[in-house]
Amino acid sequence: MFKIVKKESLNPTVTRMWIEAPRVAKKAQAGQFIILRVDEQGERMPLTVADCDPTAGTVSVIFQIVGATTQKLNALNEGDCLQDFVGPLGRATETEGLKKVAVVGGGVGCAIAYPVAKKLYGQGCEVHAIVGFRNRDLVILEEAFRAVSHRYELMSDDGSAGKKGLVTDALKALIESGEQYDEVIAIGPLIMMKFVSALTKEYGIKTIVSMNPVMIDGTGMCGGCRLSVGGEVKFACVDGPEFDGHLVDFDEAMERAAMYRDTERHAYEDTCNLLKKGDEAHG
Amino acid sequence: MANMSPKKAVMPHQPAEVRNKNFDEVALGYTAQIAKEEAERCLDCRHKPCVDGCPVRIDIPRFIKQIREGDEERAYRILSLSTSLPAVCGRVCPQESQCEQRCVRGLKGEPVAIGRLERYVADRHNEKAKVWPDPIASNGHKVAIIGSGPSGLSCAGDLARMGYEVTIFEALHTPGGVLVYGIPEFRLPKAIVEKEIKGLTALGVKIETNSVVGKLISVDELFEEGFEAVYIATGAGLPRFMNIPGENLKGVYSANEFLTRINLMKAYLPDSDTPLRPAKHVAVVGGGNVAMDAARCAKRLGAEVTVVYRRGLEEMPARKEEIDHAMEEGIVFKTLCNPTEILGDEHKNVMGMTCVEMELGQPDESGRRRPVVKEGSEFTLEVDAVIMSIGTSPNPLIRTTTPGLDTDRRGCIITDRRGQTSREGVFAGGDAVSGAATVILAMGAGKTAAAAIHEYIQSK
Repeated sequence: MFKIVKKESLNPTVTRMWIEAPRVAKKAQAGQFIILRVDEQGERMPLTVADCDPTAGTVSVIFQIVGATTQKLNALNEGDCLQDFVGPLGRATETEGLKKVAVVGGGVGCAIAYPVAKKLYGQGCEVHAIVGFRNRDLVILEEAFRAVSHRYELMSDDGSAGKKGLVTDALKALIESGEQYDEVIAIGPLIMMKFVSALTKEYGIKTIVSMNPVMIDGTGMCGGCRLSVGGEVKFACVDGPEFDGHLVDFDEAMERAAMYRDTERHAYEDTCNLLKKGDEAHG
Repeated sequence: MANMSPKKAVMPHQPAEVRNKNFDEVALGYTAQIAKEEAERCLDCRHKPCVDGCPVRIDIPRFIKQIREGDEERAYRILSLSTSLPAVCGRVCPQESQCEQRCVRGLKGEPVAIGRLERYVADRHNEKAKVWPDPIASNGHKVAIIGSGPSGLSCAGDLARMGYEVTIFEALHTPGGVLVYGIPEFRLPKAIVEKEIKGLTALGVKIETNSVVGKLISVDELFEEGFEAVYIATGAGLPRFMNIPGENLKGVYSANEFLTRINLMKAYLPDSDTPLRPAKHVAVVGGGNVAMDAARCAKRLGAEVTVVYRRGLEEMPARKEEIDHAMEEGIVFKTLCNPTEILGDEHKNVMGMTCVEMELGQPDESGRRRPVVKEGSEFTLEVDAVIMSIGTSPNPLIRTTTPGLDTDRRGCIITDRRGQTSREGVFAGGDAVSGAATVILAMGAGKTAAAAIHEYIQSK
C-alpha cells in the first residue's frame, strides 16, 4: 500500500498529492509516468510524474477530476493509502545539450511541463514558459513556474489571468520577435499540442509533445496506448510518452482518447455532478 | 485387470449453450469414481514413454497408480516432485502433443487421460489442504526472479524447496502472469492460480508486485542488492499488429488488451472500473490458443463471434480441444481468409473488415502450406470490433537496460540449454527466450534454470 503524505487543491478541479513510494522516487525523472490503482476494483490509471523527492521518498502527482477514478482518488485524504503505485514508466525527457527551450503548458498539462522546465533550468538552459488556462481560477503552479523559467507568459481564454489569448499566440509572438529556440516542448490537451506543432512546423522548430493515451499495463503488453507517429505504430508506454510533435497523428489520437468517454462519463455522472463546470473547462 | 475401454472416461462439462453465457469453468473435473476408472486404463508400462513426453518429467505411471490405490495425497506428492503447479497444468497443458501422445493405449484407441487425472489429484488436494507447507530453512543465498508467470513460479518453487531465498518481481498488481491476465476464468479459475501461488509464498517465496525490472530497478542493481543470481521470465511481450489500414480504429484490440481487460481487470463484472466497449459482432484474427480464448470471452459478453484465420482448420495452432469447445459454443470459423483492411465510420469506430479468401500453396519454412490470395475474392465482414491475435514480439525493457545480455535478431534472449545467458549469474527462460509458447514449456524452462542456478551458486 502507498500512503498519501500530502494533499492540496491547486484549483477547484485539480489536486496535487505526494505519495510515499521511496523506490520510485529514487528513479523517476521528468517525462516519466506512474500507474496507480485507488482500490481493489480500481482501473489502472497512468499519471505523469509531477515532481519527486528522493530524500523523503515521495512522488508527486497532479490530476484533474474528470472521471470516476479521479473522483475516487480525490476523495482520499492525507494518511489514506493507494492500492497500487507502479513506476517509473516510459522514457525520460531528453534534455541533453539544450540551450534554449520554450516549454508550453496547457491546463493541467502544466503539471507535467513543470518538472521538464525545472530540469532544463537546473542544467543551465534558458527556459521560456508559456502557459495557458481557461480563466484565473484554474491557474496552477504559477510561482513554481516562475522559479524555473527566465520568461513566464501567462495566457487565458478570457483575459482574466495574464494576457487574453491562446498559448500559440504567445509562442508565435516570441518566435516572430526573434527568439530562437533549440526546441519547443508542449504538454497539454491534444488539441493544444496539435496546434503548437502545426505552428512550429512552419518555423522548422523541433517540437516534443507528451502523449497520455488510455493504457492498462504500461509496459508494452496490451498495446492499447498505440498511436501513429510518422506513419508507424508506436506504443506510448514504452516508445514514449514523448514524441516528435510534427509526426504525431493528433486527429487519430483524439478519436482514440474518446473511446471510453461515454462509459467513463456515465460512471462519473452517476456519482457526482458537482464538478461539471470545471470538467468542461479542460475535459 | 486393466480397464480396456478404447475411450477416455468422459469429462463432465457445462453444456455449451449454458457456458457460452457465463465465465464459470467449462470442464467440471472427474469424480472419484470416474478418476479411478480412468486410472485403471493405465498399463503401468515399465518403459514409461509418457514421462519422456512431459517437459517437467512427472512420474506419470506412479501417480496414476496411487489413484488406483485410492491414495490421492500420495499421488499429489509424486506430482509435486516435478511440478509446482499441477492444478494449472492439468487444465492448460497440450497433453495431446506431449505425454498422452506417447501413451501406449493411444496406439489402439484413446490414450489415458493423463491431464484430467493430474487435475483431479491437484483439485482433491486443494480441496482438503487447510495447512500450507512450512517454510524451508534458508541456505543463505538470495535469487531474484523477474516475472511471476508459469516459468518464474516454477523456478521459484524449485529454488525455494532447495532453501534459496527467492524474491519474484512482478510488473502488474497481481502475481500469475499469463495465468492471470491471459487465460480466462472459464478455462483456469483464478482461485486455483491464487492457491498455487499461496503455496509458494508459504514456502518462503517473496513476491513484489508493482515492480518493473528495467525501470524501477535494473538487473545490475539486483546484484548490488545482494542477489547472487537472476532468472528472467518476463514472458512474450508486445502484441503484433498486421499493419493494415484501420488498425488504430476504435474497437480494434490486441488479444492481450482484450483478455487483460476481462481477466485481470474483470471488465465483465458490474463493479469493475475498467470498461469494455460493448460489441455486437466481433472478429478475432488468428488461430492460436490465445485467439480461441479471446473468441470465447467475446461470445460470453454477448457478441456474435467470427474467427478469421488465413490457413485451414487443420493448420490451426490452437489445441483441438479449444477449437472444439469454441465451435460448440457457437463461434463461427472463417478459415482460409485474411483481413486486408478494417473499415471505420466517421467517428473512427469499427464498422467492418475487408477480407480476401486464401488457398494453400507450397509449404513454407515452417513446413505448413503457405496461404496465397485467391484473386477477386474480396468481401466485407460486418463487425464492430476486431481482436488481433497474431502473436507477440519480445519486450525491450530488460534487453535495453542490461548491458552484455545477448538477444537474437527478433529480440529474444539467447541462452544455452540450461537457461544460462551471456551474462554471468543471469539466467532466462520461458517465452522471453522461446517466443510465445505454452505454459508447460515455460515451466520446464523454469525448472531447468532452477537446477542450473543451484549448480552455479554452489560452485561459486
